[in-house]
Amino acid sequence: MTEPIIRFEKVNKWYGNDFHVLRDIDLEVAKGERIVVCGPSGSGKSTLIRCINRLEEHQQGNIIVNGIELTDDIKAIDQVRKEVGMVFQQFNLFPHLTVLENLTLSPMWVGKVPKKEAEERAMQQLQRVRIAEQASKYPLQLSGGQQQRVAIARALCLTPKIMLFDEPTSALDPEMIKEVLDVMIELANQGITMICVTHEMGFAKAVADRVIFMDQGQIVEQNKPHEFFNNPQNERSRDFLSKILGH
Amino acid sequence: MPQTFTPIAARPSPVRITGPIPWIRRNLFADWRSTITTLFMIGLAFYFLPALWRWGLAGAVFGADADACQAARGSGACWGVVTEKYRIIVFGRYPFEEQWRALLATSLMVGGLVLSCIRWFWKPWLAVMWVGILAVFFVLMGGGSFGLSEIRTDLWGGLPLTVMLATLSIFLAFPIAILVALGRRSRLPAIRSACIVYIELIRGVPLISVLFMASFMFPLFMPQGMSIDVLVRVVAGITLFAAAYMAEIIRGGLQAIPKGQLEAADTLGLSYWQTQRKIVLPQALAMVVPSMMNNFISIFKDTSLVTIVSLYELTGALALALNSDVEWRPFKIEAYLFITLIYFIFCFAMSRYSLWVEKQLSASKAR
Repeated sequence: MTEPIIRFEKVNKWYGNDFHVLRDIDLEVAKGERIVVCGPSGSGKSTLIRCINRLEEHQQGNIIVNGIELTDDIKAIDQVRKEVGMVFQQFNLFPHLTVLENLTLSPMWVGKVPKKEAEERAMQQLQRVRIAEQASKYPLQLSGGQQQRVAIARALCLTPKIMLFDEPTSALDPEMIKEVLDVMIELANQGITMICVTHEMGFAKAVADRVIFMDQGQIVEQNKPHEFFNNPQNERSRDFLSKILGH
Repeated sequence: MPQTFTPIAARPSPVRITGPIPWIRRNLFADWRSTITTLFMIGLAFYFLPALWRWGLAGAVFGADADACQAARGSGACWGVVTEKYRIIVFGRYPFEEQWRALLATSLMVGGLVLSCIRWFWKPWLAVMWVGILAVFFVLMGGGSFGLSEIRTDLWGGLPLTVMLATLSIFLAFPIAILVALGRRSRLPAIRSACIVYIELIRGVPLISVLFMASFMFPLFMPQGMSIDVLVRVVAGITLFAAAYMAEIIRGGLQAIPKGQLEAADTLGLSYWQTQRKIVLPQALAMVVPSMMNNFISIFKDTSLVTIVSLYELTGALALALNSDVEWRPFKIEAYLFITLIYFIFCFAMSRYSLWVEKQLSASKAR
């Protein structure tokens, strides 16, 4: 097996002194792998993926992303962030900038790409998420589903090797979930490494190479989606699945 | 059997909702309480307006005639005091023959302020224009070159001084306030504590004592023979004072920025300063426009406190004009109404402008 693109080695993290949110996490993600992380709320799933681009820092263990170890070294963090795109539950678009400006901001200021080129690339990404006609609008003029697709396009503008999704459909109306998942499925089929915290089990079945189930800061079980859904090994995962699929 | 959906066509409201008459009915005569209030206010107006008319216009003396004013006392206003003294009220101790310079300089600065308010002028060269305006202002006011006679800064006064002090202090305080507000939220304890100490120290004392210290105590610490112009000291005092208050206003805006915005900026690889400049400050400053303008207005009026260090801006110049003149001193109220009008024009313009800015900002967020 080639070198994994993300490696967690005995990672521990605490919030404050007492809240042990990640416990002895060991995880390897291969290049191009698509992973779905699920688990009850408070189980540490979001924290896990937020450690990958250092939105959260860990206290123990090593995290190596794309060959770079994450430490306090700001240069290393910047390098990792160049390779990692992230999509949030609350979209986190910049409301004072148009859709197009949201997309060109980082390429122009961080990547030093000339404005015209940045705009061309942004339009390509907007077409990819099928929203090019909204380029000159402000985020709050769009629906939730459209905003989330803009957020995906914004992350893609940095041509990342890894995409992180933190419950991308949880804040959406049911009617809009599909349009976002469609875009994500398309993305998954294009070979980018994806880690997605979600409870959309249909999505997990359709694209995931591996499902990771977390509870109380630990990785309880990981398996191929088919195996995980049909034959969960751990009583916690069984319990969890019966709750989310039970109705 | 499945039902088919038949949309109902939109039709206009049967009752008129907009227009003057529905507005009057809804806002002035909605129920018996609002009707009584409306009638009461109309009654008050009928009672007071004629008296005001008699005093302010019909029975008033407009000529600079102290005897006529004296005769009309009690029944009519003496606007003659303004006719007689307006040059001193507006320009203070500035030499009479040179007052055209002060007028020109002030007009230039007010013109610059008005232009700066218009969106179309928000270009990089606006900064260059301001350097030019300030240079011309000080050359015109101070003289000593281009064949203009030199006029010491302690003779500057009246409206030019008020406008100059307010403009300079606001312009200088704004960037300081932004840095202090950011500093107060810094992760570096040294910077954070320095900013907190600065803000709390300044907020703990009245402006008048800051001015007093800037004017009388500061020179004591200067090396012998070196002195800084009183005007510079006063501008520095007001600036430092205003910056502390503005910093707290801006901090309020900074705190209202959702954490997600910073996280998004982080994941996009923006540096601290890029994030502040492109993401945080535009949103934070937009949120605090009303309280910021409130602060600007209050700085404009607080400049009247420089009288304490013998600078005679608008209010001080008025006292200067009347206190020594027995003949006109009884008509202070009319003179005060005159400068009230001047202050009001400036403050009302600022307040209207602030409303306009708010509207512009919310327009970009409208659904």
